[in-house]
Amino acid sequence: MSVIVRKIAQLLSAMIFVFGMYIVTHGHILPGGGFSGGVLLASAFIVLSLAQGKDHIQLKRQKKITSLYESLSILLVLLLGISGLFAGSLFLFNNYLPKGQPGELLSAGNIPIYNILIGVKVAATLFAIFLALTTYKEEIS
Amino acid sequence: MTLYILCFILFLVGIYGLVISRNIIKMVISLTIVEISIFLMLIMIGYISGGIAPVVFDQQILDNQAVVDPLPQTMVLTAIVIALATNSMLLTMAIRLYKKYGTFDIHEISKLKG
Amino acid sequence: MEDKTLIFFIVLPFLAAFSLPLIGLVSEKAESYIVAIISLILMVLSVSSLFNLAESTVYVVGGWYPVEKIPIGIHLVSDGLSKLMLLIVNTLAFFCAVFAIDYIKKYTGQKYFYTLFCLQLAGLNGVVLAGDMFNLFVFMEVASKASYALVAFGVRRTEIEASFKYQVLGGLASLFMLFAITMLYWMTSTLNMADMSLVLSKGLVENGNALRFAQLFLIAGVGIKAAMIPFHAWLPDAHSSAPSPVSAMLSGVVIKVLGIYVLLRLFINVFEPDIFISNVFAVLGGISMTAGVFLAIGAWDLKRLLAYHSISQMGYVMMGIGIGMGILASAGPSATVALTFTAALFHMINHAVFKGLLFLSAGSIEHATGTVNLKGMGGLAKYMPLTMATSFVASMAIAGIPPFNGFFSKFAIIVAAIQGGYHFRAALGFIVGIITLASFLKFQRYAFFGKPQYDFSIKESPFFIKFSLVSLAVLCLAMSLLIFSSIREIVLDPAVNTLLETTGYAIKNLQP
Repeated sequence: MSVIVRKIAQLLSAMIFVFGMYIVTHGHILPGGGFSGGVLLASAFIVLSLAQGKDHIQLKRQKKITSLYESLSILLVLLLGISGLFAGSLFLFNNYLPKGQPGELLSAGNIPIYNILIGVKVAATLFAIFLALTTYKEEIS
Repeated sequence: MTLYILCFILFLVGIYGLVISRNIIKMVISLTIVEISIFLMLIMIGYISGGIAPVVFDQQILDNQAVVDPLPQTMVLTAIVIALATNSMLLTMAIRLYKKYGTFDIHEISKLKG
Repeated sequence: MEDKTLIFFIVLPFLAAFSLPLIGLVSEKAESYIVAIISLILMVLSVSSLFNLAESTVYVVGGWYPVEKIPIGIHLVSDGLSKLMLLIVNTLAFFCAVFAIDYIKKYTGQKYFYTLFCLQLAGLNGVVLAGDMFNLFVFMEVASKASYALVAFGVRRTEIEASFKYQVLGGLASLFMLFAITMLYWMTSTLNMADMSLVLSKGLVENGNALRFAQLFLIAGVGIKAAMIPFHAWLPDAHSSAPSPVSAMLSGVVIKVLGIYVLLRLFINVFEPDIFISNVFAVLGGISMTAGVFLAIGAWDLKRLLAYHSISQMGYVMMGIGIGMGILASAGPSATVALTFTAALFHMINHAVFKGLLFLSAGSIEHATGTVNLKGMGGLAKYMPLTMATSFVASMAIAGIPPFNGFFSKFAIIVAAIQGGYHFRAALGFIVGIITLASFLKFQRYAFFGKPQYDFSIKESPFFIKFSLVSLAVLCLAMSLLIFSSIREIVLDPAVNTLLETTGYAIKNLQP
């Protein structure tokens, strides 16, 4: 892609990334949360990859690292869900951290942590799907 | 009530597209149209006229105002994620089918008979 | 605390599935053994839950107890029918996982197999334990997606084409189910199955036609998943192109859990049984039975033959369920209804065991000779005596020869049909049984006797394959002991009782 497209993509992807983080972390106050914020985070990476092209980015190495992020974050979600069983209560996905005032950023117990982990997971998944579809030609040729 | 019937007509349009298409990508797009019609119907079911969005900070608001039903919205979010998985798997299969058979035409991709 | 055991069925396979890529970075061989160990733990847990868990257990996820008797959280419900299905799912998953330790070595990309297998197992367990409609749908999708990827596992032309057909039809089935769930939510404004059945039975739904509309979409969706006859087009390709442990899981468990179990749960426990729906089931079952077995006559590919017979045997189960529902709805003698449901459920679990064994022995033959075409084998009896013995046991079981388990369940379905007054359906069952016997005698003759059509030397299969085959064959013989009432009371009778009390499900499961 030409120089203009690459520079604008670099600027834009930074803004998209920050906006995605805003949607993810404010999931318990505003509409949004893990899924939609994760899609935005992934699109920041995808716009950057599409603009730079295959020659500048090592797509295979990125595929391995992205898969690792994906597995780690969903494993942490499950472990967080089970940790309620060890903290004494009987239930899965129990909300046991202290809940503050409704409307504050640090409130609602476990839920912001779940939002952040799910955001990372969805972003990693979508970016991994994108990488798998674009590196397919390299595998067979 | 007419809105629900229009959603159902969109559902039928999607199924018609799925049956008629010869191109694999058109089949994927028709399946997406079917999915979207169901999402629309789910959101319309939860609507209460005059209701505010279900983000509530103090309890007094709930006594004076109607709130839109949040459960169908959760269902639509989950169903959108499932539709994402469906579409990405179908498109991956479409790419691999093109590499193996050399065509997107579903009538030519018929090595398995019976 | 016995309540907590329900979550292990879902959490343990998910944990395994997500940590296997990380373990696979360290050592590749450990992955296969870990999957076998996890499914062994789940099998032992499901057997012990038959004895330990109370009649019906409800586990409320997250501690969101019902408010003023209206359920607001996700409930995991386990009653007699769920315990039976958990037993059969986890047992067959264990034997397929052990079989796959040796079989998957010849595929590239082995490391993806175990994650997908664990995801499929987690999805199937979740469908069985789900207490509300939307969770049922989500876990059904998890199991289906894993199945689509597993069918396309060895990426040759035929497998990807079969997986594409399976995906389009399966995706359409899921969308029909979602549409039906939408309409049901619109009518009853609740998603919990027990609560929905209470609302429907109190007569708060003003439009009976809308309910019938939603029910027909449900039958279409579930019918595509269970491969009944107008919707069976994906099954021969998908089950014959998949790798053998995947075919055994698909044909042995997935079409039963995603098809028959969802049907039973929705149409007997949530909706009241009525005559029209039971006639639809019985007719669809009868047509599936006959058409499946006639389509299988012309098949020379071994796994295609077995896939067509899956359609036929599922037709038996559907016909039994239809007859039972019909007698239940018209308030007939309840002893006949109990016999019919017992026969249908017994045939369902028998079919899981012997069809799994048949697909695994087809896999063993393919591992040794490299072909599944019946015309390309022959004379294997000398080189593979163990495979011949176990596939002979399975063939006699599916054809309905005493003393194997297939005889008792088929005989019970035919007797129940005669007792209910449906003589034509009983005669149909008998004729289909004879043609099944002919089909499997053809399999035995061409595969194991006759002149060898290949020219390389054949060895018997490795240890883990032999272990799975022998264990399933022993299980085939042992399950005919289920007709004795002392064993039957533990395994089958609780399941039949939950079916017999139709909407009593709601009263027991709307707890504190």
